[in-house]
Amino acid sequence: MQPILEVKDLSISFTQYGRGTKQVLLPVIQDLSLTIAPGQVVAVVGSSGSGKSLLAHGILGILPYNSHMAGEITFLGQPLTPQRAAAVRGKEIVLVPQGVTYLDPLMKVGPQIRKGRRDQAAKAASRAVLERYGLGTDTEERYPFELSGGMARRVLIATAAAATPKLVIADEPTPGLDARSAKRVLSHFRELADGGAGVLLITHDLELALTISHRVAVFYAGETVEEANAADFTAGKLRHPYTRALWNALPQNGFVPIPGAQPGPGQVGEGCPFAPRCPKGRPECLGPVPYRALDGGLVRCLYPEGGERP
Amino acid sequence: MKHRLMFTGKKLIRMVLLLLGVSLAAFLLMSASPLDPLQTNVGQAALGTMSQEQIAKLEDYWGVNTPPVERYLGWLGDFIRGDMGTSLLYRQPVSTVIGQRLQSSLWLMAFAWVISGVLGLTLGVIAGARRGKLADKLIRGYCWLISSTPAFWLALVLLVIFSVWLGLFPIGLSVPIGADAASVTLSDRLYHAFLPALTLSITGVANIAMHTREKMADIMESDYVLFAKARGESTRSIVLRHGLRNVALPAITLQFASISEIFGGSVLVEQVFSYPGLGQAAVNAGLGSDLPLLLGITVVSAAIVFGGNLIADLLYGVVDPKIRRGVARK
Repeated sequence: MQPILEVKDLSISFTQYGRGTKQVLLPVIQDLSLTIAPGQVVAVVGSSGSGKSLLAHGILGILPYNSHMAGEITFLGQPLTPQRAAAVRGKEIVLVPQGVTYLDPLMKVGPQIRKGRRDQAAKAASRAVLERYGLGTDTEERYPFELSGGMARRVLIATAAAATPKLVIADEPTPGLDARSAKRVLSHFRELADGGAGVLLITHDLELALTISHRVAVFYAGETVEEANAADFTAGKLRHPYTRALWNALPQNGFVPIPGAQPGPGQVGEGCPFAPRCPKGRPECLGPVPYRALDGGLVRCLYPEGGERP
Repeated sequence: MKHRLMFTGKKLIRMVLLLLGVSLAAFLLMSASPLDPLQTNVGQAALGTMSQEQIAKLEDYWGVNTPPVERYLGWLGDFIRGDMGTSLLYRQPVSTVIGQRLQSSLWLMAFAWVISGVLGLTLGVIAGARRGKLADKLIRGYCWLISSTPAFWLALVLLVIFSVWLGLFPIGLSVPIGADAASVTLSDRLYHAFLPALTLSITGVANIAMHTREKMADIMESDYVLFAKARGESTRSIVLRHGLRNVALPAITLQFASISEIFGGSVLVEQVFSYPGLGQAAVNAGLGSDLPLLLGITVVSAAIVFGGNLIADLLYGVVDPKIRRGVARK
């Protein structure tokens, strides 16, 4: 089956002014690879500041002007050039952003969903899509500040579903919601995937991501360190030490923190970004570490769990 | 509705207090002025030839011997009864002088207000939407240049170029020299008001454009504009649908706050163009120790500026859904 989205060796960096007029290239995402098949939910899980949102903006082609993107993105078998991204965004590729601040505060919900169209067909469509997410017709007449957190998320999903997309990119769709609302919001993404779309779920919440995802890519300091089937997590089949640390940090798995902090952009050397905090880190981890297949998943580690040294 | 009436009522009480304060401040400044009204208005030479009796009469006329408290309270008492007194310089009721002056000034200020508002908003939106691009650089350059140019100097430059060198516009005044008041047409008035109004507009544009640009640039970096981009909206659609809508609220504030600046600017500009407006009358009243006229002008202009801000506040309630809906629910 042809994948909906294929990201290969994607790197995103920013041009920044260092001292004086010297320009510095600041890498934020490095060598990110990812594949999403139709009907699949792929979660990208990483803590805040790991560059997750930029991945979404990179795919949509809406990165700020001082950014630079390298690598290959293939959408439905064709390269996703900036021109093509501009043509398909909002139609075949949609974004579901984090929260209510992504809605125009001074525009009613209805016109926002309709993107300025005023015809009867558009009105009927927006009403139908709101209803699909359990929002009454009066929602159309509300301003964003009159929506509750959960309603706002559903309105944002409605904007995405209104376009009948092939790929849905959800950027942190659950923060600030209680567990029940968050599960409900996530189930809507699963519905979209069950309808044949690919869903890229960007989140920091590994536990919630596992409830709906097929595959999970773990992101650390701008790099994917592991990609695995969701079932591997519950089966305890983890490959990368960081994934293990993330897993053990969950409340139900012991709530174990590890010392140190994630390095910021530009602080990552050539080797494994996790090496300085890794309990199993060795000197050679600071050298090149290939991203390789291991037991049905991918891992960027010289000494992964359940794997011999290559 | 009740809420809005309360709001307006509170504002009006505040306005009364403000006018009281402003008139008192103007009076105190005038009392502290080192200018001797007799010397400035009658002249040293003429005073020397006058008898002691005549001088005493004049001192009475200019109120030199009346204690300040009595003078202010007297003025205030009359003012509250609706009598603004008689101008000492023009020998006409203050209300008549202000009425005439305000009429010719209003032409000027209304023109400048509308032009600077519309042009400033347009330029600001363009610059903000295209931040860092050529259009933005040009507009910013213009604004900086104009902001650092004194209004009276700009007025002189325009006067030299358009009236003296090119001869396109009159050198001053609000109507043709020597023309009968009845024969003065609207086009005569507009023709005479053009250069002073242009000066005020040019200076007013810079301020409004720069502030609007700042707001617009913030909007263009907001989450909702990013999301609009992600939904495939064109830059044009983003500026027209989201940009203008969100820049409207600060623009209203700016537009009505600019009344005071245009008022202030008109004092200088009218002086340069010998335009017989309120600003010029204010200067004459101040220099000539015409207390009733100065206080009258001060209070009227303060009321107009306050009125402008009040309108802006009320419009906010109409335009901003957060206030509008919030009020409706109470």
